[in-house]
Order: sequence, then C-alpha cells, then structure tokens
Amino acid sequence: MSANTVGSDTGRKPYLTTTDLTKNFGSFTALSDITLEIYEGEFVCFLGPSGCGKTTLLRAIAGLDIQTFGKVTQAGKDVSNLPPSERDFGIVFQSYALFPNLTIRRNIAYGLENRGHSKAEINKRVDELLALVGLASQADKYPAQLSGGQQQRIALARAIATNPGLLLLDEPLSALDAKVRAHLRHEIKELQRTLGVTTVMVTHDQEEALTMADRIVVMNNGVIEQVGTPIEIYRDPATAFVADFIGTMNFIPGEFNGGTKLKMGEVELQCEVQGTGPKGNILVAFRPENMLVQEDATELPNSFEAEIKYMEFMGSFFRVDLMSKSASADAHIKGDFSINMVRRTGVKEGDTIRVSIPKDRLTIYPGASNNG
Amino acid sequence: MANVTLPNTRREVKAKASRDDWTMRAFMLMIGTYLVVALAFPLYAMLSKSFEDKDGAFIGLDNYINYFSTPALFNSIENSVFISIVTMVITVTLAFFYAYALTRSCMRFKGFFKIMAMVPILVPSLLPGIGLIYMFGKQGYLKWMLFGHEIYGPLGIIIAEVFFTFPHALLIIMTALAISDGRLYEAATVLRASKWKIFWTVTLPGARYGLISAAFVVFTLVITDFGVPKVIGGQYNVLAVDIYKQVIGQQNFSMGAVVSVVLLIPAIFAFYVDRQVQKKQVAQLSARAVPYEPKPDIRFDALMMSYSSIIVLIIVTILATCQFAALVKFWPYNLDIGLQHYNFDLMDGGGWDAYYNSIKMALWTAAVGTIVVFTGAYMVEKGRGVEKGRTLFQFLAMMPMAVPGMVLGLSYIFFFNNPDNPFNFIYGTMAILVVSTVTHFYTVAHLTAMTALKQMDKEFESVSQSLQQPFYKMFLRVTVPVCTPAVLEIAIYLFVNAMTTVSAVVFIYSTHTQLASVAVLNMDDAGDIAPAAAMGMMIFYTNAIARVLHMFVAKALEKRTQAWRQR
Repeated sequence: MSANTVGSDTGRKPYLTTTDLTKNFGSFTALSDITLEIYEGEFVCFLGPSGCGKTTLLRAIAGLDIQTFGKVTQAGKDVSNLPPSERDFGIVFQSYALFPNLTIRRNIAYGLENRGHSKAEINKRVDELLALVGLASQADKYPAQLSGGQQQRIALARAIATNPGLLLLDEPLSALDAKVRAHLRHEIKELQRTLGVTTVMVTHDQEEALTMADRIVVMNNGVIEQVGTPIEIYRDPATAFVADFIGTMNFIPGEFNGGTKLKMGEVELQCEVQGTGPKGNILVAFRPENMLVQEDATELPNSFEAEIKYMEFMGSFFRVDLMSKSASADAHIKGDFSINMVRRTGVKEGDTIRVSIPKDRLTIYPGASNNG
Repeated sequence: MANVTLPNTRREVKAKASRDDWTMRAFMLMIGTYLVVALAFPLYAMLSKSFEDKDGAFIGLDNYINYFSTPALFNSIENSVFISIVTMVITVTLAFFYAYALTRSCMRFKGFFKIMAMVPILVPSLLPGIGLIYMFGKQGYLKWMLFGHEIYGPLGIIIAEVFFTFPHALLIIMTALAISDGRLYEAATVLRASKWKIFWTVTLPGARYGLISAAFVVFTLVITDFGVPKVIGGQYNVLAVDIYKQVIGQQNFSMGAVVSVVLLIPAIFAFYVDRQVQKKQVAQLSARAVPYEPKPDIRFDALMMSYSSIIVLIIVTILATCQFAALVKFWPYNLDIGLQHYNFDLMDGGGWDAYYNSIKMALWTAAVGTIVVFTGAYMVEKGRGVEKGRTLFQFLAMMPMAVPGMVLGLSYIFFFNNPDNPFNFIYGTMAILVVSTVTHFYTVAHLTAMTALKQMDKEFESVSQSLQQPFYKMFLRVTVPVCTPAVLEIAIYLFVNAMTTVSAVVFIYSTHTQLASVAVLNMDDAGDIAPAAAMGMMIFYTNAIARVLHMFVAKALEKRTQAWRQR
C-alpha cells in the first residue's frame, strides 16, 4: 500500500506515534482515537479551528496533560504515561513563557545547567544559539526589553538548547503582528531544516500550516479529518470540512449517479470521480481560482453561463461574485479573475459571461440530504 | 480493516508521577497536615468538649440546654448581633464615602489620606477602647458631647469597632470602586444623565459586590472581636467576652466551648456569604475595561477633602489621646509630662519582656508563616495530579478565616494541653503562640500568595519540566523572585497582626511568654489604664516602623528589578 504513496514518509521509520489516543474531560471527548505517525526530521502541523483538540493532542504528546486512553511512542520507546521531565522534547508556547527575572543568556542556559557541563561550555553553547537566532547582541537584556518576535526567538533557542529529539510549538506565532509573523515563519522553517529536528506545530492559521509544514494534520471535533502534504490537502481535500477550512471553495448542490458526468442544476459537467464516492444528491466543489472565462467564440468544455453580480478588487486579482440561473437558482459562485484577463476582456459588473471548470478540478462531497 | 472498537475494555492511562511530583506532594501533605493538626484537630477537641461535663464525661446536649436556659448567657447573642449590624452599617457607609473621595475626586493629598486611614490596622483593638475612655469616660475631656449618655456599653463598643474595622472595609470598597469601567461613565454622560443619576445607576451597582463583601467582613470582625468590648463594654455582654469570662473567670471550659460553637455559627455564615460574593466580583472584571479618570471639580473636591479630613482627625484624636494619657502623670489632675507609665516592669502584664516577646513572636510568625503559606500555595497551585488532595488543601487553607481567634485559642487549650497529645510539649512555649497566630491569619496570607501565583504564566513549569530541571530550581530562581512583592506583603501582614492580636493568644500564653498585646489587656484589667495606653502605643510605633521599613524595602526592590518588571 505504502509503496506507491507519494509523500515524505516513504521508506522511513516513524519517530513519534500515537495509537488510538483518546482524551476525555469529564463527559466531553476532546480527542477520539487519534492514530498518527510522524517521521524523523519532519515538520508536521496540527491545523484546525479552536476547540478541535489540536492543543490537547500536543499536550498529550508532551505529557503535560496525559491522555485518558491510548499510546504514545517516541524513538521506539513507549512514553504513554511518563511525566514531561522523563520525555525528550523542547517546547515553545504562544506566551513565550520566558522567565522575566532572568537575562536572555540565563534563560537560554536554564536547561543546560545541572547536566555536568562546565560554565564555559554552557556559555559557548548559549553564544552559538544566540547567533543561530540572530540575537547575539541581546544576551544581557531581560525579556521585557525585547520585542515580541525577539522574545519568541529566545524561547525557541531555549527549547532547542539541549538538542531535544522533538520540538513542540504551541501556536508560537499567534501573539505577533502580521509582518513579524510572516518573517518568523520563514526563520523557524529554516532553522528546523538546518537542525533536522522533528517538529510538531499547532496552529489555527492555514497560511502558516501551508507554508511551513511538510505534512499537515487537519483536525476537527477531536478527530483527524485528513493527513497530507500541503499540496495534497489543498488540491484534494478529503472532506468537505477540509475543503471549506483551507482556502476558498464553492459548494453547489448537484447530482451524481456514477460515470463521468454530473449535473449541477441544469448544467451537465464532465468529471473524474475516482473510487466509491458519494452518489445521488451531492455537493459539487471547486476553487474560485480554477474558474476559466471564455474570451472568444470558441466554446470551452465544461462551461455554463453566469452573470457578474459584484467584483471585489483584491489587489493582485478580482474576487467575482457570480449567479448562474442554469447552474443554481440561488447559489452565489465565487471566481477569481486575474487583473490581466479583466483588462484584456473588459468584463464588468452586470455582464453575462461563459465560465468553465476543468473536469480535473471538480470534486464532489456528500450532499446535505445524503450523509452517506 | 477490522473496525471493531472496544472502548470499555481499554485500560485508562495512569500518569506516572515524576520525582518532582512526589516531592511537591510531600510538601503539600506536610503543610496540609500542619493545618489539620493546628486547626481541624483542635476544633474537633473543642466541639467534643462542648458535649462533656467538667470531668470529661459525655453529657450530650446538656451544656447547650443549660446555655439556652440562662438569659445572662444567651442574651449575649442578641447583643453581639446588634452591635455587629449597627457597626456594619456605619462603617460601610463611612468607608464608602472615604473610598469615593479617594477614587472619584481630584482632592489633593490622596496618598496621605490613604495612609492615615490604614492606621487603625496597626493597633490592637483594645487601644481605641482605651482612647474612648479618656475622651468620653468618667473623666473624659469630651464627656459633655454624650449629653449624659454612658460610653461604657453599646455606644462605646460601636464607636471603637467602627474605628477598628474602618480600614478593612475601606480596602475592599476601594478595590471595588477602582475596577469600575470608565466607559460606562462616558456613556452615561453622553446620554445626559445627571451626576446623581450616574451615582445611583452606575457607581453603586458597580460597587455592590464590594459593599456586600465589606459588610460581611465588618460583621465578622465585630462579632468575633474581643478587645473592644472587653475594655469598654461595661456590663454589656457579648459572645467573645463571654468565652473569656467562662474560661478565665469561672474556669468553666465546657461552657466556654459551647459559647465558642455559638460564635462559630454566624462567623461561618458570614464567611460563606463573603466567599460567594467574592467569586462574583472576579467575574465582573472585563479585560477591556478602561479605568475611570476623575475630573477636577472645585466644590466637590473640597467637600470630599473636608469629609476625609474629619475622618482622619477622629483617628488621630483617638490615638493622640492614648499617647497623651500615657505621658501625663495623673490624668486628669496632674497633666505634667513624664515617663513613669513606661515602667512596665513595675506592673502586671509581663513588663518590657512582654514587649520584646511580642517582637520575637511577630518576627517568628512572619518568617515561619511566610515560608509555610507561600510554599503551600505554590504546591497547590503548580503541582500536578491529586486533584482531590488539592481541593481539600484549599478548603483547609480557607477555614481559618471563619474561625474566631478566641475559639481557636480555646481549642488549643483542649487539644495541646492534653498530656496524651504528642504535641503537648509545645504548650506554654513561644512555638504554640507562633503556630496559633500563623494559623489564625493563614487565609488572607494564602489568598495573597495565590493571587500572585496565578498571575505567573502557567507554562513556566511546563518549560522547566521539558528542560528536565527540578521544580525547586524554578521555585527559587523564578517564582520567589518574581513574587517577592507578594511575599513581603504576606510577611508584613503577619508581623503586624502578630503584634496586635489578643484573641488568638490570650488563652495560651504562659508566664515566660507574655505578650505586649496581652499586657495591654491585663494592665487595663488591673486598672493601670495609662500604662496600658503606653504599651498599646508601643505596639503602634513598632508596627508603624515595620510598615515604613517594608515600604523602603519594597521601593528599593522595585527599583532594582525595574529592568525586568513591566507594567
């Protein structure tokens, strides 16, 4: 089965596994039967809306809040019931959790002490780490004297100081403003690649997950919705939840009874549905950026007529709100039109145009009345 | 493929405790055991004593029946409740307007007014009673103001209790007023509400939990207070003094225990209501609230300042009277100044040794109490697992607040004076005084520690554990330094209260461990009122110096740690 699986896990042994992990808080089930394999050197993101259980899963892996049922192994060792101090990981929190009364140097050195290193060795290692995160000149300051982004880098340096086998990041960028966040995103990824440390990051920000992760674990209501590379997740969302949560997606009611064709309202579209998908009432899903506009008399395949209701200027493109009587009586359809195309064709609000969805860009999900 | 789930047969994961977890639990157990031995066991001993006769035989409810069929005894219930309620109404009203002046006006010298209002905390409650005797007693210089009424009795008790409880009420109400949201005032002003209407619709409702809480705190303080009615109560009997009379006067320990149980009931009730109210007050805080900034208003500010000045004048007058009376040769006939009343060694009560003993006891209480309380709070707040044990600990730590000092002291006689008790050896030593005082004031100190600890990032411990560092390193290198202001606050609180408390120690001091506050009581009892006033003022000066020292240390610390303390 795994022989022809595309992805980063080919032929590697899992470094961290969770087996049927369940966490109950009283009668509430925060995680149910989570089974997951994470490979050595991988950067994995747990992505999902707040309350989906991603942080609970991270804390179970760390031993901070131990699961109710199930197993966790790390580096081949069963660590299921071990306290954090007997596991091997470094952790960075959203709040940084830097010790306010210790200088940056002593914060980073904190974990290096009491391990039989000499003072000189510790100092050397701290200098190395400070250089690594680009804050060599800040060693004698206190955390409060640093900016949020700098503090988070110190927290990262402290977490990796002891060369842990696993790096856990709990929403590390959420407390920072947008510019710093984008910058630090890149830096953390670079650092992770250089060190090759297996990393798990929890985030609710899809952009963060898509840009940083080797693989993304999309979670919702305590279960895993999909595991895959960012491209897999974006291109082939396994469930309607994933499709909706990541990127923008049109969902139009339709009908599919097997074969290579489906119906969306009165429109008949070619499709490539594999395996045993849902049948009967379905939702036809496609992303706005995959919509093509017919620019001359040559009719595009898989096309239908639609009226432009509203054009929203987004800077590098237009997000267009379309209505199509033939495809759906009341569904608004979103399309992304490039600036060039709009200039070339001169389309404007009120125009009726012909749009097309390439058949390999169509996905179907069970319809509202069909929960099979 | 096989999709068979067996949720019920799965074994629950049992977290393995690390060595740190065990150490922290051991500490918690130790301090929890301390509370059981120093609080729960003695109270139990007292409770069982109330069902026994003088020889220790079980007689069921006989003592209680006896109590409730003796009007001289059960009338005290009505008296106690009466003075407590009247004091409650007066103190809360006075303190509310004083707090209003401090938070809602632009009057000048707010710092001065704040400090002066706190002065009554620094003296034993016996002292205002003594002051009032000099002012309104048989030879009082303001006696004419009473139009023939007698200061000995409910009138004197109420005035002195208002003095004694004023700072406690003020602190609570000030906090309640300080957290109100400035945006509400802006909204009300924009809607053209009059000042009067704003006061009734915004200010009062916003402070209502503070007012209720203050009312119950005052009620508890008064009903459990022993010093004031002892000095100025005359023939007017109240519960706390009844305990003293039964035990010291009549050696009737069983009846003392019965009165203690009777006194426990309103105290526990008030405590319970106050806790419920406190919980609500916290929920009222919103993170986005904007603090209210008062605007200058010459007439209003002048009015508020006059009011505050009158209150300060009364406080100062009472204390100055005590000091003056302590210095004059023979009030009111010979007003020459001299130090003869400071020859404590010539009087009953323990002499200057009592004063030095008090300082020693207060220092021990501050040192031991701070370490025990803060360590206990840390283990409860930051430890992992054993949820039930932690809840029990919290309960034990809250209990002392509901137990009046007299009741605790009496319980100690029953428990520690028992020759079969392995802890019997501390009876009659300095140690039992320290234990009693630490226990009596445990709750407030514990709450102060908890508040400080809750403000620390709860992930500090997670980080420290992930870096495989022992918890005590975290505790000593980060928690204690960051919480130093709270630690100092606890220490000074314990010191000041150890200096002033009478009720918690009056039953258990010995001839070798007489205390200044008890000396005030005993000298007053023996008719040596001027020396009693002199000793009371010594306690005041000592506490004032301790407070000033605390302020200097706190300021110096703030300066030294400015680099890393934000906000």
